[in-house]
Amino acid sequence: MEFIIQALFSFIFTACFGVIFNAPTKAIPYCGLVGSIGWMVYYILYEINVTEVQASFLGAFVVALVAQIFARRFKMPMIIFNVSGIIPLVPGGIAYNTMRNIVELDYNMGIQNGMRVFMISGAIAMGLVFAEVIVQMVMRMFHKGRTSMQSYARAKRRQKIK
Amino acid sequence: MNNEQNFELALNCFLLAGQIMMESGAETYRVEDTMLRMARSQNIEDAQSYVTPTGIILSLGKKQVTKITSIAARITDLHKIAKVNNVSRKLASQTITLEEAYDELKKIQKTNYFLPVHLQILAASVASSCFLVLSNGYWSDMPAAFVAGGVGFFVVTIIQEMTKVKFFSEFLAALVVGLIASLAVQFGLGKEMDKIIVGGVMPLVPGLIITNAVRDLMAGHFTAGIAKGAEAFLTAFAIGAGIALIVAS
Repeated sequence: MEFIIQALFSFIFTACFGVIFNAPTKAIPYCGLVGSIGWMVYYILYEINVTEVQASFLGAFVVALVAQIFARRFKMPMIIFNVSGIIPLVPGGIAYNTMRNIVELDYNMGIQNGMRVFMISGAIAMGLVFAEVIVQMVMRMFHKGRTSMQSYARAKRRQKIK
Repeated sequence: MNNEQNFELALNCFLLAGQIMMESGAETYRVEDTMLRMARSQNIEDAQSYVTPTGIILSLGKKQVTKITSIAARITDLHKIAKVNNVSRKLASQTITLEEAYDELKKIQKTNYFLPVHLQILAASVASSCFLVLSNGYWSDMPAAFVAGGVGFFVVTIIQEMTKVKFFSEFLAALVVGLIASLAVQFGLGKEMDKIIVGGVMPLVPGLIITNAVRDLMAGHFTAGIAKGAEAFLTAFAIGAGIALIVAS
């Protein structure tokens, strides 16, 4: 039951960010889906006692993978899907605690929480980039080393022959 | 593609595409890639570009003219990025000519693709209240977060239009969110002030800028990456300072 609630609310949450960032109307439900999948990966991993940094990394990795799939399917830039998709993973609560600790002159806790924020946001960024690079590598193997421009030129030549 | 006039048109067209994309918050490497792809589709092989978040320089070749455009403000508008991407795709597959592409780009630059403001404010409110569920908050805090998120987003939109200073509008919005949250807790309408505040400032978080900053750094655009990182840090600092004022008092 808890899982269904989390999945549903992360879907609404991410779709709302799709509206705020002005994603194309057609893409908004899929933005929500990307965010929901990423958050569920994070949530399940966190429940089975994986550390928050590793869970964030894998969550962002899955977000970028799913965003790539949607980007290719709808022929839109990938940025539309992954920007709102990573918002549930952003460590807003810990960043707030850091700020609060520093204002209350508790610098030790502030540095500790600040380090956590730094590690988690770094893990999210790494997850996004790794997924993108791996997808590109796989696609290149799939197309036997040709870039999209080359395969496009090849297709055009073939059309002319016909 | 031989006479001067065509080169002039091509230069204007590519530069406009780059400008719209940068102003809507696209990654630097995507802007560069789009402009060079458009150039290659018009058989201009040795085009060069230098893209930063505050300006773009584009040259079509060693013996051609070079143009520069400055970018004053950057907002998040994914719809425009998708539209320009579509135009460049069509130009590259030769389904439209250069003139048609330029006309379409000019139309995109003028049109406002944003959804109505009240719908955006509603989305911000709903997002803020949903955040409580994701962070294991109390369900009874949801109305307070709903109000705080909506009012915060409203303030940031209004002040941004009035002053055009991003730092100030975000600072004020965070201040208002903190004020609403602390009032709600004082009057017994909410239990946990922390989670209401975090939910309320969530719509102001610079998610796109952080993603782009890291993506640009990894792609080798160090100038752009550092500049965007500074922008993200400034936004985060504005939000933090606004909240700190409430928490400390």
